[in-house]
Amino acid sequence: MLDSVTLAVLKGRLEQIADEMDATLFRAAFSPIIAEAHDAAHGLYHPETGETMVQGKSGLPIFVGVMSFAVRAVIEKFGNTLKDGDVVIFNDPYLGGTHVSDMRLVRPYFRDGRLLCYLGSVAHWHDIGGPVPGNYNPKATEIWQEGVLIPPMRLYAAGELREDVVDLLCANSRLPRSAYGDLMGQVQALGVGARRLDDLVAEYGGAVVADSFLALKARASRQMRSLIAELPDGTYTVEDHLDNDGGEDIALKIALDLTISGETMRLDFSRSAAPCAGPLGIAYATSASACYVALKHIFNDVPANSGVLEPISVVIPDTTMLNVGPPHPTGGYTETIMRIIDLLFVVFAQFAPHRCNAMAYGATNSLALSGRRGGREGPFWILFSFFGGGHPGNPLRDGLNHGNAPVSTATIPPVEIFEAQTPVLFRQWALRPDSGGAGRHRGGLGAIYEIEILEPGGADVTLSGERARHPPQGVLGGGPAAPTRFYWHGPDGGWCDPPLGSKVAGVKIRQGQRVRLETPGGGGYGPPAERDPAAIARDVALGYVSPERAAADYGVALPAQAASRAQEKAR
Amino acid sequence: MSGASAKPATQPATQPAAGRAGVIVGVDVGGTYTDVFALDEATGRVRVAKVPTSRPDQSAGLLAGLAAATDGAAEVASLVHGSTVGTNALLERKGARTGVITTQGFRDVLEMRRRDRPQTWGLWGGFEPVAPRDLRLEVAERTLADGTILEPVDLAEVEAAARTLLERGAEACAIVFINAYANPANERAALDVVRRIWPNAYVEISSAVLPEIREFERASTTAINAYLQPVVSRYIATLESGLGAGGFAGELMIVQSNGGVMSAETARLRPVRTALSGPAAGVIAAAHIAVAAGHPNVITGDVGGTSFDVSLIASGRAALSAQTSIGFGMVVRSPMIEITTIGAGGGSIARIDRGGLLQIGPESAGSDPGPACYGGGSPHATVTDANVLLGRINAERPIGGKLARLDRDAAARAIETHVGKPLGLDLLAAAEAMLRVANSNMAGAIRLVSIERGHDPARFALMPFGGGGPLHAGALIRDVGLARALVPRFPGITSALGCTIADMRHDFVQTFNALLDEIALDRVMAESARAHAAGAALIARAGVLMEGIETRIEFDMSYVGQTHTVAVPVPSGTDATPGARLTRALVRDCFEATYRAAYGQLLDRIPVRILNLRTAVIGRRPKFDLSLLAPASGLTLDAARTGSRPVHAEGRWHEAVVYNRLALPAGTAIRGPAVLEQPDATIWIDPDMQASVDRLGNVLIERAQT
Repeated sequence: MLDSVTLAVLKGRLEQIADEMDATLFRAAFSPIIAEAHDAAHGLYHPETGETMVQGKSGLPIFVGVMSFAVRAVIEKFGNTLKDGDVVIFNDPYLGGTHVSDMRLVRPYFRDGRLLCYLGSVAHWHDIGGPVPGNYNPKATEIWQEGVLIPPMRLYAAGELREDVVDLLCANSRLPRSAYGDLMGQVQALGVGARRLDDLVAEYGGAVVADSFLALKARASRQMRSLIAELPDGTYTVEDHLDNDGGEDIALKIALDLTISGETMRLDFSRSAAPCAGPLGIAYATSASACYVALKHIFNDVPANSGVLEPISVVIPDTTMLNVGPPHPTGGYTETIMRIIDLLFVVFAQFAPHRCNAMAYGATNSLALSGRRGGREGPFWILFSFFGGGHPGNPLRDGLNHGNAPVSTATIPPVEIFEAQTPVLFRQWALRPDSGGAGRHRGGLGAIYEIEILEPGGADVTLSGERARHPPQGVLGGGPAAPTRFYWHGPDGGWCDPPLGSKVAGVKIRQGQRVRLETPGGGGYGPPAERDPAAIARDVALGYVSPERAAADYGVALPAQAASRAQEKAR
Repeated sequence: MSGASAKPATQPATQPAAGRAGVIVGVDVGGTYTDVFALDEATGRVRVAKVPTSRPDQSAGLLAGLAAATDGAAEVASLVHGSTVGTNALLERKGARTGVITTQGFRDVLEMRRRDRPQTWGLWGGFEPVAPRDLRLEVAERTLADGTILEPVDLAEVEAAARTLLERGAEACAIVFINAYANPANERAALDVVRRIWPNAYVEISSAVLPEIREFERASTTAINAYLQPVVSRYIATLESGLGAGGFAGELMIVQSNGGVMSAETARLRPVRTALSGPAAGVIAAAHIAVAAGHPNVITGDVGGTSFDVSLIASGRAALSAQTSIGFGMVVRSPMIEITTIGAGGGSIARIDRGGLLQIGPESAGSDPGPACYGGGSPHATVTDANVLLGRINAERPIGGKLARLDRDAAARAIETHVGKPLGLDLLAAAEAMLRVANSNMAGAIRLVSIERGHDPARFALMPFGGGGPLHAGALIRDVGLARALVPRFPGITSALGCTIADMRHDFVQTFNALLDEIALDRVMAESARAHAAGAALIARAGVLMEGIETRIEFDMSYVGQTHTVAVPVPSGTDATPGARLTRALVRDCFEATYRAAYGQLLDRIPVRILNLRTAVIGRRPKFDLSLLAPASGLTLDAARTGSRPVHAEGRWHEAVVYNRLALPAGTAIRGPAVLEQPDATIWIDPDMQASVDRLGNVLIERAQT
């Protein structure tokens, strides 16, 4: 039996191996989505079940859960036939979660002829074919309209790279060099992981390392059980809606019935909407992983280990949009998982208010502006980014202004990089007043981004957004945040807004015209009546809240000086 | 400039007065202690002092330390100061009330950051920018990315904004316009207007502080500089007047985060460059000591109360990083000695998590309430408590001199309660377990800076410093596979010593963002010559004895389409005309060599881009001979022996011989287990290690030959 002190040391060493795999890929990557936004993850996975035993700290949070499904899919397909030196590659989101852009590599790690664990790498490639560059197709109704689907297959066979597989992958990308560079970066990351594991096994022995995997899982499970045991038994219910699927303007319900029973928790999503035609449906693996991300935000001490999920059952029938199979598109998964996470945040208000916060801004609002430089035959340019919003009001304080999504740790490029690389001019890059939900602790503010096109040929506009119809909710009496708003200059020069609220495709604007995106804040925490009057006065003085909204939400009449300062922002 | 100056601002650099060859003093002001290292160059006499740091005015402690280590300020020829005044003002948010004037549409850049969050897990973090929103005002103006002025700055609006800021109590002002890195004209015009009405000198433009692309990083650096200017200026004025009252007529210099020093005058203008002043001096000392000792590859490990700071020195040169963040969202972009910090220090607290695993840190007991052994009822079991209980720290003679003795029983009770009982371990096993986990955490940080960056630890020596660093040397040698440890002569005052040997250094950056095949190299050379002249002028104005001036040129480059750049050093021609020999072929060769070393293979047929030009102007200060610190002749091992005491290691007690470290003769060798004591540090030689003393008095720890 492994002593707990050795285990503590091994835990640190294993985490460092995963961290180093992350760092290796981030440095080598071509895709800015990997290099800058860290949309990737690496870890060590259980040899029989594929469960996550360790994941690197810099990787994308959503992959902690997703990758265990990916490794399990490899185990189920290949069984015991994998050999030392094999590496399996695939992007099938029904098996491995998320969307086709995420390429997964799984490598068995053998020691003395025995399978000790799997090493895994997942990363968001820049382009994997399909009708839309970058694979975000808000009009997709089948997965083949999002990109090429790769089932689990050997990339390396007994240490030999299968060049034909590489050729196939590169031939199906608009950016073959980027695809090749990112692929090799992932292979290098797996190699680094294997070498570091060699050192660790040499030092401690394979049996001790294998024992540590079991012990770490057991401890993660025990940790989660002790946290759940502190929660009162009962069933608690919440629901929210997605705006629509990008095709028909019909709201999509996401419903959660959470049951605490002793040391176990059941998350039942059975009452959620049926599968939709557009790309907002997600696979079971994605939904279950979103639950893990939410729980790790709520109990942030628990490790990145599948043991955390052992006392938790996730119930999602395949009659819902949270457990779709082929050929449903899944490209909009980021929006749907944020709704799941928001629901978990607020359901805790019903039984553990000290652990809950309001909903976050809950929409990636992926905006793409693109066109050609110097006329119709010129080179393509594209500005693509996820945009930020407000963080939730919470027990400690007001929500953070302009934060990133809970499923990601990505930063946004600065204005000066956008302007140096693409023919655009930002007219505004600012906090959005009145966008945070009112409350004892106000929701953080979303942002306003207003962008003018400098290129004589104009630009095509695509938006894959959310939260225009159903803004982020407050909690414990806190108010809702402002919804997403998007506008563009129409042919007559006036502002137009999208019939579907948050989804736009096929719009073209001219040189000198603009688009304007206003993102949601976070929901409020606690009753507005309990907000400190000094905090309300400060909100107005700094222009976070308008005098009108302060009066409406908090019933406060303003000091004259505060009101006059607030006018500055109205320029 | 405001504030009294004890001397004329300019003196000729070319004629170092003979009288200035006197006492050189290095002062490092830390959180708990102020360390002073004084060297009389004429006699070779070294004196050191460790006095409590005074708060809030650090200069009182500095002057007390100076009095303890010298015969008065009048004999001091130069005083070099590692200061935490700027760092503390940032961490405690006690800088000046700061206003920002910026481009219409962009007042929130400072507050929106790069859309990040303080912690990966949990959305409960917050952020307050150094300039509140009502002190960030917009004016009509716009420059494009290519430097074209789309809209000239509206000077009437600038003046109105400045007056509003003054009405609202702003003391300092940062002017930050979008794309000002590409053309500073609008910023300069605005500066002229603000300077005319601003009542002090604390006004600066972003294109002067950091003419580099990325508006958030530039705005943050410029605003933090403004925020610190009044605080640091006042501190320097107080210090100069205190020194002047003591008859000081020498040069006052301040250590920068880049490991170089600058004049007090420059420090008032660019206090942002002192953000990591203290730790940087320690690394500079380490580099110098390491080279002199013949081990130019070292990894420094500074064990403080709350943290373990690691940095890597390869071939005698410390690695630099381009920016750092002093707390969440407080980005300072300015070259800094690269220091990796983890929460593992003497005060790091042991606890058992819900999964039943022992954790050490990152929470720290700090110095108040401090470790349990400090007495006073502190409940925390810390790394220091484990070291006391196991006999590695002498409870009767704690270093630093603040406490008379340490409470061993209190340490035992805390460890029993927080570690022993929950894990079912006996007391000594629990204390050893704590050290094992703490050492493993420290080893992880060393692996991070070495193995993970492609350096083989077997080629590196560990240089432990800080009072507690040398207690962990043996364990770290074993855990990481380091060649040896090199314990400097005065581990507890390494940073103060480093102050006295740091070179002067001024860094400049300019964004070009152009293809290598298209860039106008004459413009690059002109810019680099301008930077050289500016740096050389600053060095000359400081009036300090120099051995020469060196200019280093580096480009930030990448293949088109890549996000990350690599730092590409290029030969810098002659000192007088740096960059004069630049050719496209030369720059390409340098880029390809750097890229290949970093990534293994080149990407032919993809064009290469130059993002930034970086010019470092370094004034070489004469180094004193470290042999001045060497053990005297005539010492003997026997005479250095002060006794023995039981030390627990590897599950049993050992009777360890105790030596007075400073009385050890050069060339001697000692087999572990042994303890070497000196006023500022304790060195533990594990049973499987051996120590030897080199000719300079450094202690080398290596695996014992069996």
